[in-house]
Amino acid sequence: MSGTSLRNRVAIVGVGESDIGKVPGMTGLGLNAQAAKRALDDAGLKPPDIDGLLTAYSFTEPYFMLGSVLCEYLGLQPRFNASLVVGGATPAVMLKHAAEAIVAGQAEVVLVTAGENRATGQSRDQAVAALTAVGHPYFEQPYGSSIPGFYAMIARRHMLEYGTTREQMAEVAATTRRHALLHPNAHMKAPLTREQVLSAKPIADPLGMLDCCLISDAGGAFIVTSAERAADLRAKPAYLLGIGEFHTHEHIMCAPSLTEFGATRSGAAAYRMAGLGPADIDVAELYDCFSVVPIIEAEELGLCPRGEGGRYWLDGRAAIGGGAVPVNTHGGMLSHAHAGAAGGLFGIVEAVRQLRGGLGARQVEGAEVALVHNEGGILSSHCTMLLGKDKA
Amino acid sequence: MAETLPSPVVNADSAPYWQGAREGRLLIRRCDACGKTHFMPRHLCPACWSADLRWVEATGRGTVHSFTVIRRAPLAAFAPRVPYVVALIDLEEGPRMMANILGEDALDTAIGDAVAVCFEDRGEGAAVPQFRRAGGRG
Ligand SMILES: [Zn+2]
Repeated sequence: MSGTSLRNRVAIVGVGESDIGKVPGMTGLGLNAQAAKRALDDAGLKPPDIDGLLTAYSFTEPYFMLGSVLCEYLGLQPRFNASLVVGGATPAVMLKHAAEAIVAGQAEVVLVTAGENRATGQSRDQAVAALTAVGHPYFEQPYGSSIPGFYAMIARRHMLEYGTTREQMAEVAATTRRHALLHPNAHMKAPLTREQVLSAKPIADPLGMLDCCLISDAGGAFIVTSAERAADLRAKPAYLLGIGEFHTHEHIMCAPSLTEFGATRSGAAAYRMAGLGPADIDVAELYDCFSVVPIIEAEELGLCPRGEGGRYWLDGRAAIGGGAVPVNTHGGMLSHAHAGAAGGLFGIVEAVRQLRGGLGARQVEGAEVALVHNEGGILSSHCTMLLGKDKA
Repeated sequence: MAETLPSPVVNADSAPYWQGAREGRLLIRRCDACGKTHFMPRHLCPACWSADLRWVEATGRGTVHSFTVIRRAPLAAFAPRVPYVVALIDLEEGPRMMANILGEDALDTAIGDAVAVCFEDRGEGAAVPQFRRAGGRG
């Protein structure tokens, strides 16, 4: 049936974040490099130890072959390298590719990075291009559609079919802001109430400005190696227990459904590989480009029944110490940082940190298994991973 | 002076579709092998991969599957039109497509509304399919 399982074979042994927010003194490549250096230091490794590199894409800098460009910038000559483009799903998919390369003997230590200087490094025209690029160039863009508009149509459908409310969506932004205030490197530093989210400037009904993710300068990185080598390194390893992806469309006009997406399938594959289920999850880092998205993902990944995602947030179950599985403990893309593919990568960084422990007020007590979900496009491409403090 | 709304970009997959729009006809692709229709036009049928496809004229009747009111335009050309409705339309023949809902009552759009195709001039004879509310629920 399936080939070699990736279960228990590799671990994340180093994580790093660049400076985050408005960082005008740094390029996109510089942000990737800063995060990579911090991840490498965290792992207690040296640049010559790296023999594989994976990175994503950039809207702000004009490089083709971004993986090779980043290797060149970092002075690396690896035997394994690529730049991947699966939108927001890219970081989790990169972990999967890194794990496959390591298990196949094609690399031993893989550096994975993503990041862009989206807040200060792009002109108004580039910002607009980034906003529209996900729409179909011939059959969606002629109608003045936008990414918030696409997610707004999904939100409206969820409201109709399940009774999801604006208050529930606003609580996603408010809860994750409270989490971000516990994170020393989060972009957002001020409290945010549900009322503020509801009264924010409307963007695409029913979504307002504060239902939309941030635009940050930010880079993130992590180091992957074999479980054997991980045992000899400085940091506590976070073992890959299970991982799966699923892809159903790219453009919303071709989505098979506006309420059921590929996260159910990617999540099932990850759970199956790990031999675990939703009841085993201690903390979840979900993709949150818009407030409605982690409501849908909580349902698809089994944290709550279908249609109850909104209540999961409004009832406080997604909060740290809320009695269920806390979600987006770093603040997510709504409050910690969002810069291209780095947004989802920070969920992986946070999951590793939660499993290591010692995060103070942000710590989910007894966190042993973490789920991370990344999605790209318009809930088009999905990748779910389970990471463990110990092997499964 | 406002920028003009974008003209259709014609390529080998879509040339007859946009020619149809110039003539006030909404054309979709139907597969002669499996009988299914699809949107957007392709070289082969996404259901069975047959390349035995034909263009058929849709009735232009459909229903609103979902919609949004855009209050912040992504491109300067659309700014004068704000607020405007972007919708996903389920055509009577089955396929789903995106368009704006035009007309004075466009902001009253609701999911399930019956809509009918119309064509919006985009310069030099080019046109894009659009929809208007047709009264009632589909
Ligand atoms: Zn067919």
